[in-house]
Amino acid sequence: MADVTASPVASETGLSKIRIVQIMLAIAVILTAARPILPDFLVRLPEEWIPPLAVWADAFFNFIIDDLKLAVLTRWFAEGPLEFMLDTTANLLEGKRRWPFLGPIPWAAIAAFAAVIGYYLGGWKMALLAGGTFVWTAMIGQWKIAMQTMSVLVVAAPIAFAVGLGLGIAAWKWARFDRAIKPILAVLQTLPFFTYLLPAVIFFKVGPTAGAVATIVYAIPPMILMTTLGLKKVSPEVVEAGKMCGCTKFQMLTRVYIPSARTEILVGVNQVIMLCLAMVVLTAFIGMPGLGAKLLAMMGSFKLGRSFEIGVTIVLLAITLDQMSKAWVVKQPEHFERDTPWYIRRKYTVMAIGAFVAFFLIAQAVDILDTVGRKQAWSKGKEIDGLIKGFLNIDFVQAITNWLRWFLNVWVLIPFRNALLYIPTPAFILGIVAFCYYLGGKRPAIFGAIFFTFVAFTGWWDRSVITLYAVISAVILSMFIGIPLGIAASRSDKWSRRILLACDTAQTFPSFIYLIPAIMLFGVNDVAVVFSIIIFTTVPLTRYTIEGMRTVPAEMTEAADMSGATRKQKLWSVQLPLALPTMGVGFNQAIMFAFFMVIIAAFIGTQDLGQELQKTLAGTELGKNIVLGMNVSLMALTFDMTIMAWSEARKKALGLA
Amino acid sequence: MKAKFLMTAAAAALATASFAEDSSDPIVIPIHNWSSQIVMSNVVGQILEAQGNNVEFVTTDSQAVYESIRLGDVTMELEVWEGAFGASFRAALEKGGIVDVGDHDAVTREDWWYPMWTKDACPGLPDWEALNACASVFATAETGDKGRYLDGPVDWLKHGAERVEALGMDFVVINAGSAAALWAEIGAAEADKKPVVVFNWTPNFAEAVWPGEFVEFPAWEDGCDKDPAVGPNPDALYDCGNPATGYLKKAAWEGMEEKWPDAYATLQKISFTNPQIAEMAKKVDVDELEPEEAAAEWLEENKDVWEGWTSMGAS
Repeated sequence: MADVTASPVASETGLSKIRIVQIMLAIAVILTAARPILPDFLVRLPEEWIPPLAVWADAFFNFIIDDLKLAVLTRWFAEGPLEFMLDTTANLLEGKRRWPFLGPIPWAAIAAFAAVIGYYLGGWKMALLAGGTFVWTAMIGQWKIAMQTMSVLVVAAPIAFAVGLGLGIAAWKWARFDRAIKPILAVLQTLPFFTYLLPAVIFFKVGPTAGAVATIVYAIPPMILMTTLGLKKVSPEVVEAGKMCGCTKFQMLTRVYIPSARTEILVGVNQVIMLCLAMVVLTAFIGMPGLGAKLLAMMGSFKLGRSFEIGVTIVLLAITLDQMSKAWVVKQPEHFERDTPWYIRRKYTVMAIGAFVAFFLIAQAVDILDTVGRKQAWSKGKEIDGLIKGFLNIDFVQAITNWLRWFLNVWVLIPFRNALLYIPTPAFILGIVAFCYYLGGKRPAIFGAIFFTFVAFTGWWDRSVITLYAVISAVILSMFIGIPLGIAASRSDKWSRRILLACDTAQTFPSFIYLIPAIMLFGVNDVAVVFSIIIFTTVPLTRYTIEGMRTVPAEMTEAADMSGATRKQKLWSVQLPLALPTMGVGFNQAIMFAFFMVIIAAFIGTQDLGQELQKTLAGTELGKNIVLGMNVSLMALTFDMTIMAWSEARKKALGLA
Repeated sequence: MKAKFLMTAAAAALATASFAEDSSDPIVIPIHNWSSQIVMSNVVGQILEAQGNNVEFVTTDSQAVYESIRLGDVTMELEVWEGAFGASFRAALEKGGIVDVGDHDAVTREDWWYPMWTKDACPGLPDWEALNACASVFATAETGDKGRYLDGPVDWLKHGAERVEALGMDFVVINAGSAAALWAEIGAAEADKKPVVVFNWTPNFAEAVWPGEFVEFPAWEDGCDKDPAVGPNPDALYDCGNPATGYLKKAAWEGMEEKWPDAYATLQKISFTNPQIAEMAKKVDVDELEPEEAAAEWLEENKDVWEGWTSMGAS
């Protein structure tokens, strides 16, 4: 079993897979060794070979904007219907002076409403979580900004849901549309968020409108994928039954297919909500008000404590919405006797509205239930500041970080970066292709070759290599943390749960907040950059290690025990090999997260694609922005395809699929 | 709460009193991510509201805002820094759609800076030659013997590396990725009073948190960035310090004067000084007020400063 990967797959030429990989690597090594005597064009592509991609992209966008007048249409949408919806929710939730001039709704009313919904979905625990989140938000003095955020999300999430559902249905109906949309979705899911932001501003006006649009575009892809997946899985018997009842095409869709695909569609809804929350801070760059904008302002004036509190609010909101939507997935529709009166059928609706109205009225009399002022709030910003600074100032902590800074910088990271930069471009591409071929097979190798050649021709090669260097360093280092942690945690149920909760929290905590402690610990340099990426990449590695270890069939471990294997032997020869395909998925996600975070690390100070992307945000260099975004996306896709292909093949070979 | 109610009542009274023909469409004021600008925007917003205008705030990027003003999506910008935003502002001015509404009394300065404790390790400061003489004090693991200077983000175009080259200094220039990164470095150095030299500017909240001084480079002369002959090194550009008295401007959308004539007249008169701006920032950064509350407090305490600017004061 252990030699599944090594099993020689004879290709048409008669050369074994291993041999081809060896030849490719040998050429790469020779090219690298011969670098001093190589002609210049083999080391790096000469300037004059590089097509002006950014200029072409700009021309293309100018054509769309000025000649096709597309911007007029999008601006009409932004300033018309979209702004109307945003203004309405903004009035209700935070009291912006727009139609219908009713808001702001007292916080206590919203908290009570949320608690009842929570109770309906998941009993007392969920009620406490939902109500508690809103009470915390109000008490900490962030109600208004949190509602600014929510006012955009309650518009963006339903639109993303509706559009995603529509496109998902279309992709399921028409195979050609499905094939056309798949690569676009793959690119969208790997495109760095900076690339979403600039077009949003240009087409949809700076402010909540652009924020809403960027959020929607970011959240749609998983909705489409889950919808298509769910519809494809509907069993033929159900379809037959629908047909026998004489359903029309429309009825078939709304009464048969969609209810049958309910679980997948709701998982899509959950994804939409989580991605919307992930964009809260990032969209602040293009005028989205609320928690994100406040967080950036707090970080700009070195207020760690207040930033931390905002982070906690975002995590609480994310966990609440995540848990509630997951509970909704599990909850099956209730069925009542024929003559049940409406107020019993709809008892939770009645209760929710009742609680809302009751607290609304009480809040008119009791000021504190209406708004919590800054001076009444429980914010402990300064105290948390003190704690964080105090921790960073412990001699022991400083000794460790100083040593790490010196060791990693001088002996690991900088030499590694210089080595990668030394490799001539063709040798580098060959190395990547060899890796793709060895792990994923022919298809990923061909795409890898095309994608990396494209990257070379954009003229951003060195910066792309530096981006890749940070990604690889962080993923490798986080393997040393995530995998042992996952293995240890998987030994007991209790610890698995705890570690998984920690993973969820670390993942939803706004990534920006990690940057400041990273700099304070290590200074502005590559160690801080890699450290901030590691926090993110460790999460999927740990999660999928736990997942993989726990899904190892019990018969296998028992068989190992019976044959007298030691704990170590069992781990290395039975559990790990069987868990490996699942861990591969975690590894893949870690790489995707690293590509996401490395761009954010531009705010620490890097010399990679992220820094150039950050620069384009200020100006209007849309073409350059897109080209840079494509570079990141193509590199990420190469790894994605390779590792996923490997994981699939491996699962099949092990009979786990 | 009550104060706000009174303000609204006063605003309603004022609106009928003055013969304002300002449009009732909201005036959009941009908010960026540093405190003085946020409070100042709220101060001006509240002044305009008291004058009977509708005011709305939008959070934007401080460079991208000039494009938005040109398009009329945003009505004004209250802090146009010569050093940081001069280039974006001039570019927008050339494209058209934006107007210069005059300077504040306040002057701005951006340059190499150190927190006071650095002077203990390098007593010759603020002179730049003295700084260079103790370059090794600023050395770190990555920079070897050379000193480390943390410059602003590359896109702020501060030419730190060029200056080090032109003046033959023993420093390595590292670019931070954001203002927050600069504060984190100073904050980390504070505990052990480790000497650091970083990019900084005034007026800024940092002055209140960490007292410090600018390094005195050869004084700025016009043309230092264009003509190598200017400055001590005859063969190099950027061989002097940045201007010590840069402007702080107000800018507005071209259509503002026509649409909100009263508000525009007020904007023209508005002018803050360095201490006033520092006070506004302090209310948020040190006293931990929310920006709107800080602005209301500042207006309450400084009636004599701003009452003359409104159309009420003029009539």
